[in-house]
Amino acid sequence: MRVLGLDIGSRSVDAVWLDDGRITDYAIADSGFDPAAAYEGFLARGDHDIVVATGYGRHVARGALGCPVVTEIKAYALGATALYPEAGSVLDIGGQDTKIISLKASGGVDDFEMNDKCAAGTGKFLEVMARALGFELAEMAEAALAAEEGVVISSMCTVFAESEVTGLVHKGVDRGRIARGLHDSIAKRTLGSLKRVNVRGPLVFAGGVAKNPAMVELIRGGFAGEVRIPDEAQIVGAYGAALSALGR
Amino acid sequence: MSDNVETVDYTEMWEELGLNVPAHCALLKAIGPAYESVYLSQKNRPEGMSYFDFVMSEIHSLRIRELQDHKADGGSIIGTFCVYVPEEIIRALGGQSIGLCAGAEWAFPEVEQVMPRNTCALIKSFMGFKLGKVCPYFESADLVVGETTCDGKKKAYEVLGKLHPTHVMELPQMKRPDDRALWRSEIDRLAAKLEELTGRTLDVASLKAAIKEVNDKRRALQRLNAARKAAAVPISGKDALLAVQVAFYDDVPRFTQMVNAVADELEARIQAGVSVAPAEAKRILITGSPMAIPNWKVHDIVERSGGVVVAEELCTGSRYYDTLVAEDGDTVEEMLEAITDKYLGINCACFTPNDARVDDIMRMAEEYNVDGVIHYALQFCGPYQFEGYTVEKAARANGMPLLKVETDYSMEDAGQLTTRVEAFLEML
Repeated sequence: MRVLGLDIGSRSVDAVWLDDGRITDYAIADSGFDPAAAYEGFLARGDHDIVVATGYGRHVARGALGCPVVTEIKAYALGATALYPEAGSVLDIGGQDTKIISLKASGGVDDFEMNDKCAAGTGKFLEVMARALGFELAEMAEAALAAEEGVVISSMCTVFAESEVTGLVHKGVDRGRIARGLHDSIAKRTLGSLKRVNVRGPLVFAGGVAKNPAMVELIRGGFAGEVRIPDEAQIVGAYGAALSALGR
Repeated sequence: MSDNVETVDYTEMWEELGLNVPAHCALLKAIGPAYESVYLSQKNRPEGMSYFDFVMSEIHSLRIRELQDHKADGGSIIGTFCVYVPEEIIRALGGQSIGLCAGAEWAFPEVEQVMPRNTCALIKSFMGFKLGKVCPYFESADLVVGETTCDGKKKAYEVLGKLHPTHVMELPQMKRPDDRALWRSEIDRLAAKLEELTGRTLDVASLKAAIKEVNDKRRALQRLNAARKAAAVPISGKDALLAVQVAFYDDVPRFTQMVNAVADELEARIQAGVSVAPAEAKRILITGSPMAIPNWKVHDIVERSGGVVVAEELCTGSRYYDTLVAEDGDTVEEMLEAITDKYLGINCACFTPNDARVDDIMRMAEEYNVDGVIHYALQFCGPYQFEGYTVEKAARANGMPLLKVETDYSMEDAGQLTTRVEAFLEML
């Protein structure tokens, strides 16, 4: 059976095509203001028998396509476990959510934690900060890695942190150090949550922010167990959604 | 039922009450569609719920008319916000107890001029209804009876007292003998205040009758809720929640009769195996902060996500109807003692310690055969936010899955909340 898994997120629409449970292709498109246009492009290829959707837009997709849906929590758990059967937990930092999933030994969801309202410390946060610093997203991560030491950023709220960053820029603080400080504060917050949920390793770090080398280094350095980063960290949700169609 | 009722224009009544009529119309226009989408879209509802649909459609009109008539006949209207205010005493003195509006966001910018922004939505809501002059119950009330359940309410009543006649009962926060003595004196003080207001005196016959009447209302709710223990769930959580919400302000004997009629129907449904949810739907208990009308947010999300709410350990749930006032008192004194005990027996998070609430939750989880518990705290509702941790720990120790939710009346977190609830249901 050929399955198309869609992860319709706030920042991107990710697609994974499976045939007999193996990934045959994947694609990533910007959600923009019309996420339906993005996934319709994937559907138009026609090389699938069924579709499963996850992500923020899953219910809209269900309404439009009549397809089954799963939550991002389940999708990430399935995708991460398929990639790393030994995984003990999953960290997904996406466009506007951070999720921490603790896995059962059998692979199912044991418990999870998710931010409940604001997008503090997510991909969206990094985008706004990069803009405030005049960086491209990739440049900001490089600058953060290159900086010896970060300045302390006390606010995690996107709006307050942006004001704080602007204040630092005006004081003439090196923007690499500011970038480092921003990454440090997200990592600190995330590692704190991982500790609170008391997850076991290995930890699969996925979602768009797992493509950021500075975040990867900081999470690796701060987590007590092993950390696994998928080659294509952004499609784990779409992969898991597709796998759910196979009754896993 | 509502089809048979002629449309009556209540504008004059609202004007006489001093409401801001255009703003009030805007409020009603918002509540109608919300009720339709949350309630009327449900399938296979018990027929008896049509009474509640009717009550909701007349929430600011026919019921207010009734209250004005009651006042014209020499009765009083006492506004309340809390399950600790003894309705029996109000009724024995010819009053009607009315739970005031506190479940929707209204005039928050004005509210934030008189109290901190980080006050819970429930308190901001009642202040908004008052400042915005859109609650006909508020404007009908001869007196508002507040209580010192939490810091936010306590201080809010100081503000409210400047705008409306307000009497505050000091609810002790522990349950030792001295605290009981204090609560007993507060019961007496309320009785004296109401006697002064109404010009009547508490007597054995009317207090006995009021105790019986209010107990009958709670018994009816106990029956309705007991039906939710069955494997076939005969009523949605939303509908059961609505019944308790309406209990706070509806005419007591009529309400009791209607709830008993729903309970009859539910018992017949159980016999016939009729369920509002598929057999595989996960059974959820919701516990935490009060849910005032029209706050149906969490129930709606759970039931839209395929779960079914079978029990509420809430002030708009078991804390309201679970315990009764002993009916064997033969003197006013004995009855006031019984009232003191009944109300002090409620397990609100404003008490310390409050282990009995945890026991209640765990007992209910078993009785209602639930698959998971959702702990719901209003943002900035410190007592329930704190107890969320205690309840979570106890649930974990009992192997009961629990999801902790913190939210308010806005819809900005509906997407994230839906994802969390769906993932919780998937996990069970």
